[in-house]
Amino acid sequence: MGRKPSTHRAAAAFLLPNFVGFLLFTAWPVLAACALSLSSWDLLTPPRWLGLDNFVELLGFHAGEDGWVPNDAEFWKCLGNTLFMLLNLPLNMAGSLLLAMALNRRLRGTYAYRLVFFLPSILAGVAIFYLWRWMYNPEFGLLNALLAQVGIDGPNWLLDAAWVKPALMLMQSWMAIGGTSMILYLAALQGVPVELYEAAEIDGANGWQQFRAVTWPGVRTVTFFIFTMGVIHGLHYGVDAVYVMTQGGPYGASTNLGFYIYRKAFVEFQMGYAAAIALALFAITLTFTLIHWKRGGRVELN
Amino acid sequence: MLLPLAFMLTTALSSADEAMAPTESLREMLWPASWQWDNFAEVWRAVPFLRYYLNSLGVALVATLGQVLTSASAAYAFARLEWRGRDAVFLTYLATMMIPHSVTMIPNFIALRFIPDLLADALPWVDWAGMRYAGDVPVGRLAGLDSYFALCAPAMFSAYGTFMLRQFFQSIPRSLDEAARIDGAGNWTIFSRVILPLALPGLTTLTILTFMSVWGSFLWPLIVTNHHYLHTLPVGLQAFHGQYGTEWHLMMAASLLMLLPVLVVFLAGQRFFVSGAALGAMKG
Repeated sequence: MGRKPSTHRAAAAFLLPNFVGFLLFTAWPVLAACALSLSSWDLLTPPRWLGLDNFVELLGFHAGEDGWVPNDAEFWKCLGNTLFMLLNLPLNMAGSLLLAMALNRRLRGTYAYRLVFFLPSILAGVAIFYLWRWMYNPEFGLLNALLAQVGIDGPNWLLDAAWVKPALMLMQSWMAIGGTSMILYLAALQGVPVELYEAAEIDGANGWQQFRAVTWPGVRTVTFFIFTMGVIHGLHYGVDAVYVMTQGGPYGASTNLGFYIYRKAFVEFQMGYAAAIALALFAITLTFTLIHWKRGGRVELN
Repeated sequence: MLLPLAFMLTTALSSADEAMAPTESLREMLWPASWQWDNFAEVWRAVPFLRYYLNSLGVALVATLGQVLTSASAAYAFARLEWRGRDAVFLTYLATMMIPHSVTMIPNFIALRFIPDLLADALPWVDWAGMRYAGDVPVGRLAGLDSYFALCAPAMFSAYGTFMLRQFFQSIPRSLDEAARIDGAGNWTIFSRVILPLALPGLTTLTILTFMSVWGSFLWPLIVTNHHYLHTLPVGLQAFHGQYGTEWHLMMAASLLMLLPVLVVFLAGQRFFVSGAALGAMKG
């Protein structure tokens, strides 16, 4: 027992540097964000206490001329934009799975292919967002030139409210399909015993039946993981791409929730309101994750 | 897959007129007419690109080193030492990994905004708020917005890195540190001579992931730096949006220069990317 106090001292010494940073940059800011969300502050005049007014403004409705009108119509529009762009997630996941199945062969050169497909996700970032902004240039960009080869007169992608979301989603797919999800699927596929496919073949199962009975169950855990992380990621992030490529336009058609929070906080300096949006969004994600994990847990048990 | 990257390279090697010439010929779009290698030199002349580059390198190296060291030492406390409240603290760490950046970013920004004022009240004989100069080159403030402190400090600590290294440390057999302890080794010796060398793959993976994430980080440097001499590369690229529109040939050349270290790290450390992929997905 004589060692105990010294062990405690050692533990404190090893933990301290990290713990100080944790308190300063994570723990304290979370509490501050909660307090901030109940007030109004432009950083110039002293903060005002509002109680729950920010949340009423954000999530509430009031009676308009024809029915209920949201207090903050823009927030709901941004939520809609964000959910619309989340529709890309299942498509990307299907693409990743197909790609992983295609690359899961012991053929010469597949390793090089894996690197090539993985490359966009490694490079992803501001430089690539500028590249795609240039790709989408209606006069000099590559995309409309490609479309012109097959006789299609391409739209002005990033300045057309109808095309800006699909444009962002296409870029996202380019980065995501060969990325982390593909690697995870590849690892899962390599974990599926070859005997199962052989047995299925002997039983006369065709390709689709083999996929349903062997492949899909084999990658279910990974699918669940990628989907959960993808939704969380899709709800909160994607600010950089919107900032670089569209600034949220045209007419707010590409403003996602992350960019809305950025604009409220660092363009309009409504710190309290921005914190309220961030916390409300965090609550939504947390609820989704808990429900999803619970459902996923039940699936695992069956 | 590689077509957009080929287009990037072609634009970077074109003259301004060629890049901005209406053409429907794919050959002209994907094969430079005049090979303007000078674009890559022009990038450094047109804007303080060297400064952005050094800022990015410096911030990424300091933040990565900081994060790997603080994570490793905390991971040792969680994986190898017995102390009261350990599991509760660890669970708190895990829980904070769920918190999105948008929640903590706003209070962190506000804190940095007011830190020079608070410090000036406490220690009035130091000029906290003033811009510092090396000769006549601005090097930022001591603390607060527009300082290297603001760029580096928040990235030097991470619950995620701690969690990941703890997993690695736990896979190292305990008999090894018990043997060292019998030989009279203290915690520091066990940590630095036994655990760290054996956890090298884990440390490398975290180093690579952190470096890439800080190197590409955009939103945080964007909001905490106003003075363009403190911009990192992702923020600095905006400089090529000129008064008369974007100079796309220079923008693409600059972007390629920014991606070069990423490519080198990727090719040198492929296997760590694959092993880090699952963990990286969680970092999100």
